[in-house]
Amino acid sequence: MKVLVAVKRVIDYNVKIRVKADNTGVETANVKMSMNPFDEIAVEEAIRMREKGLATEVIVFSAGPAQCQETIRTALAMGADRGVLVQSDAELQPLAVAKLMKAVVDKEQPGLVIVGKQAIDDDSNQTGQMLAALLGWSQGTFANKLNVVDGSAEVKREVDGGLENIKIKLPAVITTDLRLNEPRYASLPNIMKAKKKPIEMLTADALGVDIAPRLKVLKVEEPPKRKSGIKVKTVAELVDKLRNEAGVI
Amino acid sequence: MAVLVVAAHDGKTVRSNVANAVTAASQMDPDVHVLVAGNNAGEAAKSAAAIQGVTKVLDAEDAAYANWVAEDVAPLVVKLAPGYSHVVMAADSVGKNLAPRVAALLDVAQVSEAIKVVSPDTFVRPIYAGNAMATVQTADKIKVVTIRPTNFKAAAGGGSAPVEQIGGTGAGGLASYVGAELSKSERPELTSAKIVVSGGRGLASGENFKMLEALADKLGAGLGASRAAVDAGYVPNDYQVGQTGKVVAPDLYIAIGISGAIQHLAGMKDSKTIVAINKDEEAPIFQVADYGIVGDLFQIVPELTAAVEKK
Ligand SMILES: Cc1cc2nc3c(=O)[nH]c(=O)nc-3n(C[C@H](O)[C@H](O)[C@H](O)COP(=O)(O)OP(=O)(O)OC[C@H]3O[C@@H](n4cnc5c(N)ncnc54)[C@H](O)[C@@H]3O)c2cc1C
Ligand SMILES: Cc1cc2nc3c(=O)[nH]c(=O)nc-3n(C[C@H](O)[C@H](O)[C@H](O)COP(=O)(O)OP(=O)(O)OC[C@H]3O[C@@H](n4cnc5c(N)ncnc54)[C@H](O)[C@@H]3O)c2cc1C
Repeated sequence: MKVLVAVKRVIDYNVKIRVKADNTGVETANVKMSMNPFDEIAVEEAIRMREKGLATEVIVFSAGPAQCQETIRTALAMGADRGVLVQSDAELQPLAVAKLMKAVVDKEQPGLVIVGKQAIDDDSNQTGQMLAALLGWSQGTFANKLNVVDGSAEVKREVDGGLENIKIKLPAVITTDLRLNEPRYASLPNIMKAKKKPIEMLTADALGVDIAPRLKVLKVEEPPKRKSGIKVKTVAELVDKLRNEAGVI
Repeated sequence: MAVLVVAAHDGKTVRSNVANAVTAASQMDPDVHVLVAGNNAGEAAKSAAAIQGVTKVLDAEDAAYANWVAEDVAPLVVKLAPGYSHVVMAADSVGKNLAPRVAALLDVAQVSEAIKVVSPDTFVRPIYAGNAMATVQTADKIKVVTIRPTNFKAAAGGGSAPVEQIGGTGAGGLASYVGAELSKSERPELTSAKIVVSGGRGLASGENFKMLEALADKLGAGLGASRAAVDAGYVPNDYQVGQTGKVVAPDLYIAIGISGAIQHLAGMKDSKTIVAINKDEEAPIFQVADYGIVGDLFQIVPELTAAVEKK
């Protein structure tokens, strides 16, 4: 069985982002970009499946500008086999990404697709569920543990009250949560090897997918700032402030 | 056209965040229907009918709806959706799982975690862990929106909307529920608690969380944690507050041994009053704290617990 994983190129989680002065978005020029952390977890899970003999090939998908090839290379260096980039400089919203992925799934026929539960830039938490819907597949979202057993998958999910266990039919879409695994670092030899692995370049046009954005971003603003507080010296002072100034206890 | 709020419930009552979703929905259109899909969920439907502002409750009974399997509930919502201008859900683990599936089946975009309804087609939503606020407009005929409950006041009770029974759509056989391992707690639920006591890596062990439990119990507070504390296994996953965990906005948030990474701040910086207890005076948590106290938590927490009166 082939496994398809999605990797999104996002602003690195350590970067303190800045809203553009003209309020059209967030400053991305000269900012460190990385693979979405949830996608590292997705790549790791797929590679482990191949190492256990549960998967035959790990294919990495990304959609976005040409630089996404670097993100795909990172996944290849971790151990994935080959990449597919749908190159686009246009804004891609989750429904469009899901449609692009569906087109690639139709071509590649993987038995499992693994994506991150949420991209840490737009925080949508949509793409995996949308892809599952478009394919008519089951979905194992917010996966904490994944166990693939003859034609189905047992998924432990992180939910509001704790953990939930479901059993879903394959093929399926899995979305990763933080505790699914700890992604490996790529070793130097593997980084070198990854340079020779193939990346197929596609376009939305060639796949016949309409990627026009459905949501129009009217403006992007800074959030309101909290006014800075004070430091107190003693617990007694803290309790007094909470009781008599803030009135919260 | 009316708005359809899809309610998560436990068979007896709808989740408390449904009342917040109803408030958000009534800002989109005053005619608000609530869908309660379940198996013997009549009591839950009644609890939805009691939320003020609700004009009708749809009680859809089907064995397939017993455990909120998205694959089975989505077709029902999709069937009902053409009669509505909006489909609204709270952005909790049920809404996050179901709403995008519904949106894709309807071939519409989804607005995730709206914090403000500007007009029926325009919403404000946080991006980049709340470090930017995007105002987005949707042109889709049916608008699928998840809302962040902490940004909308809960609608009051005392209403009496009519409940209409509707049929189910059956099981598709794609997915089945096996069971749950829920964390048991007598404490208030994290996202609706008035006070939240939260611990981080500074606690150094799960055992030490008992100290926070003692404080929480005295204050009648819910218990939360940073990702680091969850990853280290000190507490279960559902305690995680933050960008990729739960979003809370209590009257009082006490961050103990938490450094204040942006991913953590994303989940708590809308709290009314924030207290930080940390031994590192440079810790970023102090930048958002109204009251900070620099020192060893193992000394300060027991002192604080002793100093507050039991609620
Ligand atoms: C203010 C604003 C400005 C924007 N500016 C831009 C912009 O300049 N350029 C631009 O391209 N988009 C832009 N977008 C669009 C935004 O980045 C898309 O909505 C995003 O691609 C999809 O949402 P998400 O990543 O949050 O999805 P989620 O559903 O949270 O993503 C979940 C998972 O889906 C997969 N996935 C999602 N997108 C991709 C992808 N492209 N490739 C591979 N896997 C993916 C990943 O596995 C990811 O972990 C902007 C949006 C807003 C609101
Ligand atoms: C994709 C992604 C998603 C994430 N999502 C989240 C999320 O949703 N929520 C979240 O919380 N994090 C999240 N994180 C992690 C986040 O970046 C931080 O790593 C995490 O919040 C740190 O937790 P902490 O503050 O407990 O630990 P640390 O940063 O290690 O801080 C521990 C603090 O305890 C203090 N301390 C230690 N001992 C004592 C003592 N005896 N007395 C007083 N103070 C003491 C230290 O001074 C320090 O400030 C995410 C990260 C990524 C990459």
